[in-house]
Amino acid sequence: MTSTTQAQPRLALTRRSERDVRLEQLRDFSRRLWRSPSAKLGGILAFATLLAAIFVPLLDKYDAIRDGSLPARYAPPDCIVAWLESQFSASPEKLSLNGLTCEYPFGADKNGRDIMRRVGHGMSVSLSVGIFVVIISLTIGTTIGLIAGFSGGWFESVSMRLMDVILAFPSLLLAIALVTVAGASLTNGMIAIAVTQIPTFARLTRSMAISIRNTEYVTAARSLGASGGKIMISHVLPNSLAPLIVQSTLLLGTAVIETAALGFLGLGQQPPWPELGKMLAESQPALASGKWWVMFFPGLTIILIVLGFNLLGDALRDALDPRLRGN
Amino acid sequence: MLLRLIPGDPAVAMLGERASPENVAAIRERLGLNKPLPEQYMIWVSGLLRGDLGNTVRGNIPIASELSNRFPATVELALVALTLAALLGVPIGILSAARRNSFIDTTSMFFALLGVSIPIFVLGLLLIYLFGVRFDILPFIGRLDDAIQLERRTGLHIIDSILTGNWPALQNSLTHLVLPTFTLFTVPLAIVARITRSAMLEVLNQDYIRTARAKGLSERPVIFSHALRNALLPIITIIGLQLGTLLSGAVLTETIYSWPGIGKWLFDSIIARDYTIVQSVTLLISLIYIIVNVTVDVLYAVVDPRIRVS
Repeated sequence: MTSTTQAQPRLALTRRSERDVRLEQLRDFSRRLWRSPSAKLGGILAFATLLAAIFVPLLDKYDAIRDGSLPARYAPPDCIVAWLESQFSASPEKLSLNGLTCEYPFGADKNGRDIMRRVGHGMSVSLSVGIFVVIISLTIGTTIGLIAGFSGGWFESVSMRLMDVILAFPSLLLAIALVTVAGASLTNGMIAIAVTQIPTFARLTRSMAISIRNTEYVTAARSLGASGGKIMISHVLPNSLAPLIVQSTLLLGTAVIETAALGFLGLGQQPPWPELGKMLAESQPALASGKWWVMFFPGLTIILIVLGFNLLGDALRDALDPRLRGN
Repeated sequence: MLLRLIPGDPAVAMLGERASPENVAAIRERLGLNKPLPEQYMIWVSGLLRGDLGNTVRGNIPIASELSNRFPATVELALVALTLAALLGVPIGILSAARRNSFIDTTSMFFALLGVSIPIFVLGLLLIYLFGVRFDILPFIGRLDDAIQLERRTGLHIIDSILTGNWPALQNSLTHLVLPTFTLFTVPLAIVARITRSAMLEVLNQDYIRTARAKGLSERPVIFSHALRNALLPIITIIGLQLGTLLSGAVLTETIYSWPGIGKWLFDSIIARDYTIVQSVTLLISLIYIIVNVTVDVLYAVVDPRIRVS
């Protein structure tokens, strides 16, 4: 309470425009973000994975059908990984850095395919699916939430009950059920995951719209003759942007996990094309005979992608949350 | 019903894209898929009300009896994981909130974030490699070694072996539980710890906490009787909601560890394209999820008298 009563006269005295206030908020926000170590780590991870996801398919044309060589089946990792392994193993034989070959840095899988190459392409698949999931559910969910929250009436009741129905199912199970019926493919998996995430955005936007629709500036805009659509786009949407950005970042992590989960269950990307979850499922038989690299590198990649976006999303939320300001 | 509205023919899904039209027609006939949708729905619902979920497409076994065989395995795993997650997660959350920004807080919150970020199938495979293969100290297939006999009473191995006084079976079941439990409980543990921490922090900022401290109470009663009591609502909610996470997580965990529960069954049915089982198992899990959510809502009133009044 005290902060608002103090802030108002100051605002009136200096007559700052709305733009100045926004700029100051933005500067304040970036300062808080910059100070947070998890934002830095998350940002670096997220940026690196995005870069790799964009450039790997551009720089390396991958033909999964012709890839593979029988003599290289389950070739262990050479290069730096082999050197590290020899440094930490109990055997007295240590590899020297000069004599290293770098044919299979992450080893090879059951068909003698280079795991590093497949992880790179799989990562690109995971991230593109994740980004599409976010775009689909963000667009549909926000539209439903805006209309429901702002206009109310029958549309609100019907759409929100529909959202309740979707939320009544655990999201991965709903995605599994949808894909089983629609047929296993990456596109269907992507759509199924997006459907399960629509309610989150719809509810979030609706609650923001409801809290904003009765404020004075909306009444003012309306009395000036602004239409419902104009008010939604120029007043309600910008004010709901912060939580939507946080939610989208966190969803990207979830979407990557769920895409991989569907792939792991055989419901996503179909072989021979690489996808991280599918690679993990294929690594299971090799694991019992100690071929750890087949599982380790795709697994580590998923963890790093998801950790990056979760750290970033968490840091964004902390930086944007007004309740944590001043701490 | 929702599933039927989706484009795609279950008969084609079952037989594959290259199936002959005659075979597809035969499957449609057998499953009653050629009848109008409302009629299919009525047949399915009336069967459901009589406890008849239909038969499996392959083998023609009644789904209901197979479900009752497999369900206890999932319940046992989920309950053990949930109990451990709550027993560990709540104290970690309280400790982090009470020592905010300390080393304990930062470390446990980083691990909590890591816990949410590791997909369970990655963690499961890592644990299998480390403890099952590399060090070879824990079993990672099934619920019980083949050599050990256990009389079935409730289907929950821990309870059955205690009831029958079968100590080797108890020990064997417990060792089989370790890796699946660890795999399954990390996500709920991390979520419970994070929610407990933020709920406690919110309450610790309230005026009545300052009052309690001002009247000279030591930190222990402030945390446990003043703060925790008021922070319980979101904590209970999130623990309840984790059961849903656990049940979907069970699909992946049971698949990895060949755990003979409904999650593994769901996976096998997906691979075998047995549409009726997938439908029944998804229905059952969703039903449990909904029941748990309603129960959690009812629990609110028990925990918070303010809700009871309004």
